[in-house]
Amino acid sequence: MDPLDWSGLLAFGFAAGIAGGLLGAGGGVPFVPALVLFAHQSQLGAEATSLVAISLVSLVGTWRQRGYGNVRLRDGLLVGILSPLGVLVGVALANAVSERALELSFASVQLLFAWQLAKKAGLR
Amino acid sequence: MSGRPFGKPSAWPTAQRSRFWRLGAIATAAGAFSGLFGVGGGTIIVPLLVLWFGYGQKEATGTSLAAIFVIGVFGAVGHALYGNVDLWKGVLIAIPAVAGVVAGTALQQRISERAVAGAFVLLLVGSAAVLVF
Repeated sequence: MDPLDWSGLLAFGFAAGIAGGLLGAGGGVPFVPALVLFAHQSQLGAEATSLVAISLVSLVGTWRQRGYGNVRLRDGLLVGILSPLGVLVGVALANAVSERALELSFASVQLLFAWQLAKKAGLR
Repeated sequence: MSGRPFGKPSAWPTAQRSRFWRLGAIATAAGAFSGLFGVGGGTIIVPLLVLWFGYGQKEATGTSLAAIFVIGVFGAVGHALYGNVDLWKGVLIAIPAVAGVVAGTALQQRISERAVAGAFVLLLVGSAAVLVF
């Protein structure tokens, strides 16, 4: 790894952490391209490795947010523990529905959530 | 809001049982999307905690991080069993990211719930755009 690789990892990693801390989501997104571009991993290797970073970041993020009184630990842990059920559902969906249809459905759900959150927060 | 998710669901009062199933539904949706797209856990968990459980925006982001930690560990262990994980590189990129998350959570305490919600709306719209285009 040359200096450009090091600075790329540093910048993407820091940005990912800020996003994760601020928003509780989206923090994992920059890891995969950063690991491909700057740590020279394959796509699969980067996706797998990014989960190590996501685990560490969310662990520290949870600890910090708990200090600020922003974590309902039981609810959060329960959602995490039950999530493998969803992975099975995802596999079944991937085999039943085209990838494009899944992308468009997920995008629609996110836009619906964006609309509802904006309404609730009085942003429009 | 006194959730009691552990123990036998059939023995709980109706409100707690319904809470358990709703949290299970959030978990299923988050697991499905993060399994399908490699990301997406938080973009499902945070809005549903706010809209469905009446969480504050900051509380939802904090609680989402706890869920993502568990989801991340499951995923990392699963991939590690297939030898796909490079632990050293994962730790390497996590070092600046951990500094970032400490800064990001501190920053969040200095801005309003409304500003956090606004930034989250932008994240959702951006993520939807990436999926579509």
